[in-house]
Amino acid sequence: MRRIIGYLNPYWGAMLVGFAIKFTGTIMDLALPWILAYMIDDVAPTKSRPAIFAWGAVMVVCSIIALLGNVIANRRASAVARDATRAIRHDLFAKIERLSSKQMDELTVPSLISRLTTDTYNVNQTLGRIQRLGVRAPILLLGGMVVTLIQDWRLSMVLMSTLPLLAIGVAVISWRGIPLYARVQRAVDRMVRTVRDDVTGIRVIRALSKGDYERARFEADNLALSEEQIRADTVMAATNPLMNLLLNGGLTAMVVAGAFLVHSGLTKPGRIIAFLTYFTIILNAILSINKMFVMISQATASAQRIDEVLSLPEEPDSVARPERPADAHIAFDDVSFSYNGRENDLDHISFSLPRGQTLGVIGATGSGKSTLVLLLQRFYHAGSGAISIGGEDIESIGADRLHRMFGVAFQSDAFFAGTIRENIDLGRGLPMDEIERAARCAQASEFIDALPDGYDHVVHAKAVNLSGGQRQRLLIARALAGNPEILILDDSSSALDYRTDAAMRAAVRREYPDTTTILIAQRVSSVRGADQILVLEKGHMAGLGDHDSLSRTCPLYAQIERIQTGDDSIGGDEYAPA
Amino acid sequence: MPPRNLNPQKPRDARRTLAVLGRYLMKSAPMLAAALLLTVVSNVFQLIGPTLCGYAIDAIALESGVDFQSVFHYAALMLALYVASAAIGYAVTILILHVSQRTVRAMRADLFAKLMRLPVGYFDRNQTGDILSHISYDIDTVNTSLSNDLVQILTSLITVAGALIMMIRISPVLVLVFAVTVPVSVLFTKYMTGRVRPLYRERSRKLGELNGFVEEYVSGQKTIRAYRREDDVLGRFDRKNEDAVQSYYRSEYYASVTGPSVNFINNLSLTLISIFGALLYLAGGISLGDISSFVLYSRKFSGPINEAANILSELQSALAAAERVFSLLNEDEEPADAPGAPKLRVTDGDVALEHVDFGYDPGRPVLRDVSLRAKPGGMVAIVGPTGAGKTTLVNLLMRFYDPQSGTISIDGQAIASVQRASLREAFSMVLQDTWLFNGTVHENIAYGSPGATREQVVAAAKATHIHEMIERLPQGYDTVLTEDGVNISKGQKQLMTIARAMLRKSHLLILDEATSNVDIRTELLIQSAMRALMRGKTCFVIAHRLSTIRNADLILVVRDGQIVEQGRHDDLLARNGFYASLFRAQFE
Repeated sequence: MRRIIGYLNPYWGAMLVGFAIKFTGTIMDLALPWILAYMIDDVAPTKSRPAIFAWGAVMVVCSIIALLGNVIANRRASAVARDATRAIRHDLFAKIERLSSKQMDELTVPSLISRLTTDTYNVNQTLGRIQRLGVRAPILLLGGMVVTLIQDWRLSMVLMSTLPLLAIGVAVISWRGIPLYARVQRAVDRMVRTVRDDVTGIRVIRALSKGDYERARFEADNLALSEEQIRADTVMAATNPLMNLLLNGGLTAMVVAGAFLVHSGLTKPGRIIAFLTYFTIILNAILSINKMFVMISQATASAQRIDEVLSLPEEPDSVARPERPADAHIAFDDVSFSYNGRENDLDHISFSLPRGQTLGVIGATGSGKSTLVLLLQRFYHAGSGAISIGGEDIESIGADRLHRMFGVAFQSDAFFAGTIRENIDLGRGLPMDEIERAARCAQASEFIDALPDGYDHVVHAKAVNLSGGQRQRLLIARALAGNPEILILDDSSSALDYRTDAAMRAAVRREYPDTTTILIAQRVSSVRGADQILVLEKGHMAGLGDHDSLSRTCPLYAQIERIQTGDDSIGGDEYAPA
Repeated sequence: MPPRNLNPQKPRDARRTLAVLGRYLMKSAPMLAAALLLTVVSNVFQLIGPTLCGYAIDAIALESGVDFQSVFHYAALMLALYVASAAIGYAVTILILHVSQRTVRAMRADLFAKLMRLPVGYFDRNQTGDILSHISYDIDTVNTSLSNDLVQILTSLITVAGALIMMIRISPVLVLVFAVTVPVSVLFTKYMTGRVRPLYRERSRKLGELNGFVEEYVSGQKTIRAYRREDDVLGRFDRKNEDAVQSYYRSEYYASVTGPSVNFINNLSLTLISIFGALLYLAGGISLGDISSFVLYSRKFSGPINEAANILSELQSALAAAERVFSLLNEDEEPADAPGAPKLRVTDGDVALEHVDFGYDPGRPVLRDVSLRAKPGGMVAIVGPTGAGKTTLVNLLMRFYDPQSGTISIDGQAIASVQRASLREAFSMVLQDTWLFNGTVHENIAYGSPGATREQVVAAAKATHIHEMIERLPQGYDTVLTEDGVNISKGQKQLMTIARAMLRKSHLLILDEATSNVDIRTELLIQSAMRALMRGKTCFVIAHRLSTIRNADLILVVRDGQIVEQGRHDDLLARNGFYASLFRAQFE
């Protein structure tokens, strides 16, 4: 919370000016009844019409000042809320961009999204409202208390003795209520996740006619959310009646105490009547302060969720590690890694790959192929062993320089709403011929050229208007376009037909001869031309060598090959109908 | 056309939105009525309170000294009244809370049910984040407004009415001041709300855009980091953010005028009352005491009117949000089945397409004049370069989309004229984009076959060779698959969807790159299971691995939206055309 308040720091000056303006406006609002009383008590009995009109004019002027003061102050308040929110969102987004993959896994994407949207929105709303309400009520409260104290401190003390009780009551309610709002937010997250699931899987739901089932699933989340909201609000809603009761109780006590004071000649009945007026002012002020309090407590939950992300530790950009001189461009030296810290997902992996060569990686699903390249790009850190590029331990390379070395197409990579060109370029500002060359090599230029707007063709969110193969080719083009030192294709051609796949690999070899390539594939035909092939099985190395040697020495590789080349007592009737 | 209808759009929209909202609220009519009644009671109590207090003070101010007995009596009554009033106040809040929660819950349920009825194309066109913002942010706005503003509006109405009656009793002439200022304030408020509503709409829209952006880019965070696009993306985000905060600011900029302006009009009426009251007093038409009571009541009168302006401007944002929700509710649904449409009865699984034309944009055809026949129990394989239109066939068979012309029939029944659910029931399918939901492994595998036993699920999992992997998960088959939590590879996910298809008993099978994410070794392992899955079913197989389809009864070679070749593997090879060149490429 303190961090979020800190975002207001640059605006204290502006806010003070705003408060001053609001203060003036509020004072005018208070002055009007006073003038009115003066007119009725003192001016009217003089029977002077000019005086009546003169004081009427003064009231009009006060009204205008009040109008301008409040409008200007409200607008300034909105502007401060806008500026602070802009900065909070900016920092939160920037922070999320820099989160490590481990942190992303822990926080989960949907939760981060709701922090960036719902929570920052709550903060925006509250910052504005607090400033608009935050001046008037305290002025009225303090003013009312000061006046009553001056008029009769004994009566005033009776009235104010309820204030500590009030504070305790509000504190207890908030202490119980605020954690409930965190539960509300969790229920919101659950509901949103269900909807997200279903929106992305709408085809399957339709195909299986599971609409009613999903509605039941959603209804459970929906109901849970409603119940959490009711539970939280039921607690918090007790504040208002409690305050009314305590203050009115104080009022009653004041009347009784007044009776004794009048009896002993310490006060007059007229004072008690005057106190009733001030009492109304004080009550209203406390009610609206409490309203702000409720607002703040709700926003606090949001602010905490934002803060939780902002205060996450950042990974060091690099740490000093000894150089590991080697001829190899990329070297894994006895690398092991585990996602959950228990069983290893990669186990004692070693290989070294000279510059410009290609490493093919093949293996079963879940055998650790993708993990291998995630480690190489330092999305996760190797548990033991060392990974080096060009003789430098990757831990000692700054993140920017490290990532600059790679062109990568992930297994299910992201597309962003924008044109094809923008999705290949990805904001790098690459020259058009560079983009076209990459698209050509990725075998994408044919379909791009066939589109009416070519490279300016708009890719929808998640690239739903492209087929799987078109998506993969664009991703490969994206990876190639920066002319990277190291190219990583993580199962990026699974949706391509053999011919296109082969043409793509040939073009990469031809046009990017100095690029070191790591090619993860499921087809032997994709990796058979690689200089080295790493065969993975459940995180272990089952073989390392070129195609010919593996065919002879690695039973697993040989088996995969036998099935695939279709040469094939086994593979040929694979899908034969019975 | 009469001039007053020149701009009928805005008010009608607001009125319609209010009407729909009203219908939702009316479902809780008894609770609302109870809340209204209790509000009246608590307001009457509020009026009695000061009177009792006045009696108590009279008892203190007696010439003969303080009458303690009466003071205690009235104080006790006051206390009782305040306790009752607090209890009633709390009860009203809780009632309204339940009303508003029931309302938004019903809205959310309707919205979700609507999503389940919208055509698949809607989801292809709209961003997930945008759809989500309807069900979270928009409905939340409606909820906030309902729960905060309803009580206030109820209270205000009663207070205004009560105060007006008291004022008329004191001086009907002075009330005429309000005959001027109240219409001014109503007209002004009306003008402002008309002015502000488009701004609120804009604000909702911009926020929706920001949500869409955030959704897209946070999901692609790894890619952004890999390509060091953090600064560039942050710059784009800043622009979206700027739009969002500015549109919020602009709406507040105008909305924040309303409250002080109405306050100003009230102050003016106070001034007028002072002047005319004083003049009236000079003419002997009113006593000073009456003027001060009148002023007290006028403050009670204008206070709620002042508040009402604030509430109204808040209602505007709720209305804009509700409008967005209702406009989604008004989207065209998948056309309903024709009344009396028969269920599809699949006896053999004989599928025929005749002269089918289709394009996602009507201007850009993807399939042109496609005709084909799939014989019962046979296998139709669709091959061709990526993007040639292979998946489109699935969309049409399942009626996710309908062709622009031509007919598709199964066992002689046109699929356009049978019940959609029965059509989809007839198919099992495994898609390239695997989909698992946030449920347990068991629920995911048994998804298409409610009532499948654990044994059946385990058998399907064993057949697809994921049983061991599932057993290794923390809670085995009861492990909940969260979006990012459990580490399951894409291939394993796809195997689960294959297991899902295995549990279903259907005559027709669609395999759209069903094993694209499964490595070939696993594919070999599940071969016999796949064979069993396909046995006796008419199968539509889309695959790149030509080895998997060489025994198909019919191979369709698709290129640029046209079926360029069709026949069996050997015939096509002999023809030495496009298929042959595709086939040979895998050995290069």
